Amino acid sequence: MKKLLTGDEAVARGAWEAGVKYASAYPGTPSTEILENIALYKGDIIAEWGTNEKVAMETAIGASIAGARSICAQKHVGLNVASDPLFTLAYTGINGGMVVVTADEPGQHSSQNEQDNRNYAKAAKVPMVEPATAQESKDMVKVALEVSEAFDTPVLFRMTTRVCHSKGIVECGERQEVPLKDYVKDVRKNIPVPANAIPMRVKVEARTEKLKVYTEETPLNFAEMNGSEIGIIASGVCYSYAKEVFGDSASYLKLGFTYPLPVGKIRDFCAKVKKIYVIEENDPYIEDQVRMLGFDCFGKNLFPFNGEMTPDVIRKAVFGKACETIGTDGSKVVGRPPTLCAGCPHRGFFHEIGKRKNVAIAGDIGCYTLAFTEPYNAMDWCNCMGSSTGTAHGAQQVFNLKEGEAKKRVVAVHGDSTFFHTAINGLINIAYNRSNTITVILDNRITGMTGHQENPASGYTLQGMATPEIEIEGVVKSLGFKNVLTVNPNDLTAMKNAIEWALATEDEPSVLITRWPCVLKKFSPEDKAEFKGAFTEKYCIDPDKCIGCGACIKTGCPALSLDKATKKVSITRDQCVGCGVCAQVCPPKVQAISKEVK
Amino acid sequence: MTKSIMLVGVGGQGTILAAKLLTVALMDAGYDVKMSEIHGMSQRGGSVSSQVRYGKEVHSPVIEEGGADILVAFEKMEAMRWLNYLKPSGKVVVNNWEIKSMPIVTGKVDYPKGIIEELQSKVPTTAIDAAKLASELGNSKVMNVILLGATVKSMGLDTLDWERIIKENVKPALAELNIKALKLGMAQV
Repeated sequence: MKKLLTGDEAVARGAWEAGVKYASAYPGTPSTEILENIALYKGDIIAEWGTNEKVAMETAIGASIAGARSICAQKHVGLNVASDPLFTLAYTGINGGMVVVTADEPGQHSSQNEQDNRNYAKAAKVPMVEPATAQESKDMVKVALEVSEAFDTPVLFRMTTRVCHSKGIVECGERQEVPLKDYVKDVRKNIPVPANAIPMRVKVEARTEKLKVYTEETPLNFAEMNGSEIGIIASGVCYSYAKEVFGDSASYLKLGFTYPLPVGKIRDFCAKVKKIYVIEENDPYIEDQVRMLGFDCFGKNLFPFNGEMTPDVIRKAVFGKACETIGTDGSKVVGRPPTLCAGCPHRGFFHEIGKRKNVAIAGDIGCYTLAFTEPYNAMDWCNCMGSSTGTAHGAQQVFNLKEGEAKKRVVAVHGDSTFFHTAINGLINIAYNRSNTITVILDNRITGMTGHQENPASGYTLQGMATPEIEIEGVVKSLGFKNVLTVNPNDLTAMKNAIEWALATEDEPSVLITRWPCVLKKFSPEDKAEFKGAFTEKYCIDPDKCIGCGACIKTGCPALSLDKATKKVSITRDQCVGCGVCAQVCPPKVQAISKEVK
Repeated sequence: MTKSIMLVGVGGQGTILAAKLLTVALMDAGYDVKMSEIHGMSQRGGSVSSQVRYGKEVHSPVIEEGGADILVAFEKMEAMRWLNYLKPSGKVVVNNWEIKSMPIVTGKVDYPKGIIEELQSKVPTTAIDAAKLASELGNSKVMNVILLGATVKSMGLDTLDWERIIKENVKPALAELNIKALKLGMAQV
């Protein structure tokens, strides 16, 4: 049976076909759809959102220990969070087969860095596979699970954005049930105290030696010979790009099993061709091996060290020019940066905090990161998921050493899902070490940026089970915070007062929670009860009253636009969802914006 | 010979559904097909592209600059943004529709004028008032399928079994509407 699947969907299909019984992940582009699609195999696979990548991996480890084939998935930076259990799992090994998916982002379409997670395989000493297509994404899950069980190791499954999000035709099969393995208590295997971990360390090296034999034999690494002039070594989507450019005019060594690398196959291939190109995104991972074998090659000395190695990039590097284009000067193009949606509940907070001059805002990863730019300019720094509270605390401690205008209050900003991910740890640290940091939790009742995944505060699980909503205000209070306030961010007066109150609380930490659903969220019955009438109104502007002052435009709502000729603002009716933020900022003497009368 | 169709627009315009219908129909007709798109941050009102490639055997899932046989822009300015992806011998289907980006909304710059004229001066261009046509059908959301109709006609793919493809891939209640929209789009070329 043929299906058109993305790489992510194909991994889900592969997990189902290979008898996986437990899957977990924390959402992150471009890996999110793996678990969303595994979740559809309800009854066959338990699929869950873990609270963060480390927890997700640990639950998959537990499932493996108890005897199930398991899988966990994350984006590249997510593996940083989960790297602690990974490195020791490499020692203890598995019971049921276990696959660890890392979805890297060459080109940084939706990420804060471009790290190459192939380096994790080498550092953690775990075998790695790299699919190039959707078909391989499905097929390699099965192979990875077999390798995992044969060699008693987790297997790293390295994808990239174009593998995850590209669709191709996939020949699908049926599910093969794999019986749960027996659990036998074995502390020598599963408890890495030094007395046990020292022999484990030796075992890992012996395992790698065996894998070095396997990587030479597996059909995942193969050569396609088309003469001896040009030889290309590539893995993942770079192989497809290279085929697009060179077609049958080059020979290829296509690598699908990339840790350990097949040194013998690489040596044989390089010896047969005159000119060697190593085409890979990010780091010179394969190239370094080729050079260590004593072969000269074209690699990062020819191809860019960053970005995607798409066919045009390869053409420019190898032939000096890409395909002919029509040639446009770009003068008719205005930038289209992503923006907070019309009706986004983050708008009210950022509009108000953006006016404050004496604050530094520690941001986090989510839609709200967009507030760093115009018109809010309401973010000073951001690092990784959950970093707002930690960085804010450290900065506050140091700003408190300063005097006068150099002294600032620090505001940590993150969302509901990010709170449970890891920002909660930094908040506990604030409670413990007592800085007067202000923490703002933008609770929009869902994980927004990655496309609406449930989280511990939303009341539902990935597979749709109702679960008690973990109430953020209650959690915060239980940590010992005395100054906690929940506000509706669309009520600008309440929002402004809350910020003033927090700033006036000079000697103690305080926490503000804004609670209003994401405008794109599919409302649960609980949302419908709590946010009755939300997003059902429309606002309009009386052009006779509008003076074109632009106060409403400064809220950054994409439903508003200012006509420079007439100096009047108008609302795109289709986009307006009636949050009413624009009406509240229209000067009291003007009052040009009002609710449409039904 | 591999053909490449580039669908571009603004997040939320339905380029992904249009590309999905296209890829399913192409697979159904026996082609090898690959499609690539970027999700994530760009969805939030940003510029988006769905790239469809089909033929006997397709390698790269992405279209390179100068590689598209047709550029289908769901929004006017996006046609200009992605024009360099078109082959010099390629053609354009453009929706005569403006979505202002933030620098335009805030009044910093104006929405560029004369886009359709400039496109027409450079390449064979079909401009379609998909919004008007969609509202005539009674649902502004079928703008994407109208544009898909124009695309498949332009690429000579109008003989594929579209009625069945649509019936199998959209909600039953919306199938008839979408079939009408597709036919209306085909009639524009």
